[in-house]
Amino acid sequence: MRKVFASAEGILGFLIICLSVLLTLTTDSFASIQNIFDLLNNQSVNIIFAVGLVVVLVAGGIDISFSVAASVVQYVVVTLLISMGGGNWAIGLLLAAATGISLGLINALFIHRFRIVSIIVTIGTFNIFFGLLMYLSRGRSIYTIPDWLYARVSIFSVELERGAATLYLPVLVMFVMVVATWLILSRTGFGRQIYGFGSNPDAARRSGINVALIQGFAYGWLGLCAGIAGMMQAHIVREVVPNALYGRELDILAAVVLGGAVLGGGRGTVLGAVLGVMLLALIQNGLNLLGISPFAFKMIVGAIILCAITATNLDRILPQTRRSTKGGALDA
Amino acid sequence: MPDYALRAQNVTQKFGAFVALEDVSFDLKVGEVHCLAGENGSGKSTLIKVINGVNTPEPGAQISFYDSAPAARVSPTDAKRHGVHVIWQDLALFPDLTVAENITFDSFIAAPFAPRGTAAKTDRAAQIITRLGVKLDPHAKLGDLSIAKRQLVAICRVLDANARIIFMDEPTASLTRKETQTLLDIVRKLSGDGISIVFVSHRLAEVLDVCERVTVLRDGAFVGSYPTEGMTQKRLSTLMTGLDLDEHPRDIENFGETAIEVRGLSRDAEYDDISFSVRRGEILGLTGLMGSGRTEIALSLFGMTQADQGAILIDGKPVNFRNSRAAIAAGIAYVSEDRLNLGLVQSQSIIKNTASTVLDDLAKPSFYLSPKRLRALCIDWIARLKTKVSDPRLPVSSLSGGNQQRIVLAKWLATNPKVLILDAPTVGVDVGAKAGIFEIVRELAAKGMAIILISDEASEIHTHTDRVLILRGGKVHKDLKPATVNEEALEEMINA
Repeated sequence: MRKVFASAEGILGFLIICLSVLLTLTTDSFASIQNIFDLLNNQSVNIIFAVGLVVVLVAGGIDISFSVAASVVQYVVVTLLISMGGGNWAIGLLLAAATGISLGLINALFIHRFRIVSIIVTIGTFNIFFGLLMYLSRGRSIYTIPDWLYARVSIFSVELERGAATLYLPVLVMFVMVVATWLILSRTGFGRQIYGFGSNPDAARRSGINVALIQGFAYGWLGLCAGIAGMMQAHIVREVVPNALYGRELDILAAVVLGGAVLGGGRGTVLGAVLGVMLLALIQNGLNLLGISPFAFKMIVGAIILCAITATNLDRILPQTRRSTKGGALDA
Repeated sequence: MPDYALRAQNVTQKFGAFVALEDVSFDLKVGEVHCLAGENGSGKSTLIKVINGVNTPEPGAQISFYDSAPAARVSPTDAKRHGVHVIWQDLALFPDLTVAENITFDSFIAAPFAPRGTAAKTDRAAQIITRLGVKLDPHAKLGDLSIAKRQLVAICRVLDANARIIFMDEPTASLTRKETQTLLDIVRKLSGDGISIVFVSHRLAEVLDVCERVTVLRDGAFVGSYPTEGMTQKRLSTLMTGLDLDEHPRDIENFGETAIEVRGLSRDAEYDDISFSVRRGEILGLTGLMGSGRTEIALSLFGMTQADQGAILIDGKPVNFRNSRAAIAAGIAYVSEDRLNLGLVQSQSIIKNTASTVLDDLAKPSFYLSPKRLRALCIDWIARLKTKVSDPRLPVSSLSGGNQQRIVLAKWLATNPKVLILDAPTVGVDVGAKAGIFEIVRELAAKGMAIILISDEASEIHTHTDRVLILRGGKVHKDLKPATVNEEALEEMINA
């Protein structure tokens, strides 16, 4: 039991269970299939972003440009495919992936080649991506998107009394991205290299790690996730609004940090990132079902993030830890 | 089997006009423990980098491993093939990975797309840990281990890579006495297995203890290779520095008034019922093993922590420091143990570092900090402490370790303290710089400053203090005049 609470994932899992029980007891609609499917459909985009971002954080970097990069990808892909006469899912996803990776590699280039701190680089690209998008689109949304993107792709459906509850394509795509990222980070030697580099960059260099490859992969993979998430988001809302994802980056960052990743690198897991997003989503969902004003959401979510991070640091700050460690030193 | 693991001759290395190594020879027998000694900047690291293939020496060098033909340089591939590994002082490990992952880390680079293989790697790491005969949990996170344990992990890591020639850079610099003994036992064991080890260390006592031969470099030049049998610490210091450092124990009787007195000072789980006083001109030694409470007492005297019981008196008046500002104002200066990191802002200029403790005073009577006054203060202290500085506007990081040390001292002396507390002032400092620091400390005492010297080097305590408190488990174990016993007896008392 103690082991469960020693990790961010364990604490988050516990909180999610508690919150779910609480919401089941206090609201009628929380424990319904419809509500759970809605949650999954709505959070799939956030989770795809989050697993991309966790790779960058583990590698010791940070990226705040990915959500506007996703908007750029949406706009570019949809405009291009409309002008080419429509396209299909395969071409759309391929193009989105390529554009997303390219945008991510721009970040990696400045961070690795020109040795600029990642937060500064991505503040720069954040503004460039978004500024360019607003300038070229003149802020206009695209309401007529290609048919294949418009038509809902259902992957699983349950018949209920009040109509069907359906899981759509983004949930499947999310599942694929989560598993792929998890495999790379946790189950390969390359994944250990990423953790190693984030943990001690100098030691990694001296061990002969290809640093350019690590940086390129981390930001490229986040770019890929952003591109795909962008397409999924367009599929869900059935339009392309240039500033729809603006500001999302900070929510995702908070969720991933809540999931145990640290800004210093070397720590963080895919599971933690997923749970972090889910916890924040549950809280919002719960507040919604409890009829609390949506204007209070941000404030409550912010307070929860601060409390959670403080709680995980408490064991290092509380006075009894001093006693116990010093006592140990005296015994030795 | 050849006798020599490594023979290097005529090794010269120049960086522009600077000659880092000049015609150095170095040989290493199979299974030998060899010490590479020299002050900072004497060329030890450069020599290591020639041998592990990082640096290319000037043409004319002849370097051979085992029975290979001599070559003019070592390529990184050669170094790898002959099992040359360097464990640098910072260890280059990964705190967020497990012990097993750290030990087998190179396999992740060799086969990035192979599965992580946790079970197999844990087994492999466990085998090496057993072979070394140490206690390490392969599943533990490296960041949770002590420096001593991390050191063992670093050794396991090079063994995993089939090291046959291991260079260890200052491996004992941050270890306690007991941990050092464990490490030296392991070094002996490895040498018994036919692994050759080159030890780079400032601690001459342990060098003489574990090594069979010692090679001395001074200012990039080869001084000689000597068997350690019959070598004394004093002779080795002389070989390293080129100076005859003859230090006499202190023999002073008449001190001034009591500057600081401590009565029955206690703090839960740190120290218990400590009483002592230090007079003007007196040097008090505080010693004991790590965790005996010596640094903890100093922190309370400096107001960083507060004692639970007891009293501190400055010039006979009781004081109660809520924080370090109050202690500084009362005339206490504390030069911390990790002074190069905690005591200096490395990227800032020498001037700003020197003045950092007295900025408020320098700005009086207005708020204006005159660059002229800052500079004058700094230049004054540089001269008084005989610091080698080419330009005080340069960042502190441009200075050598010994000179940085003097800047830390200058910074605290600028506050004009009554009581100077020095916490392990010679850790990681080479022999020549050590002598220079104690010369300054003795002069300060002669001018009437009360000094508290915290150290675990028996020889320093013996030579440079007038009275010593040996602490054990937070209590005063012995309180004596070092001149009444010999150095060996003192060492015995500290470590028993």
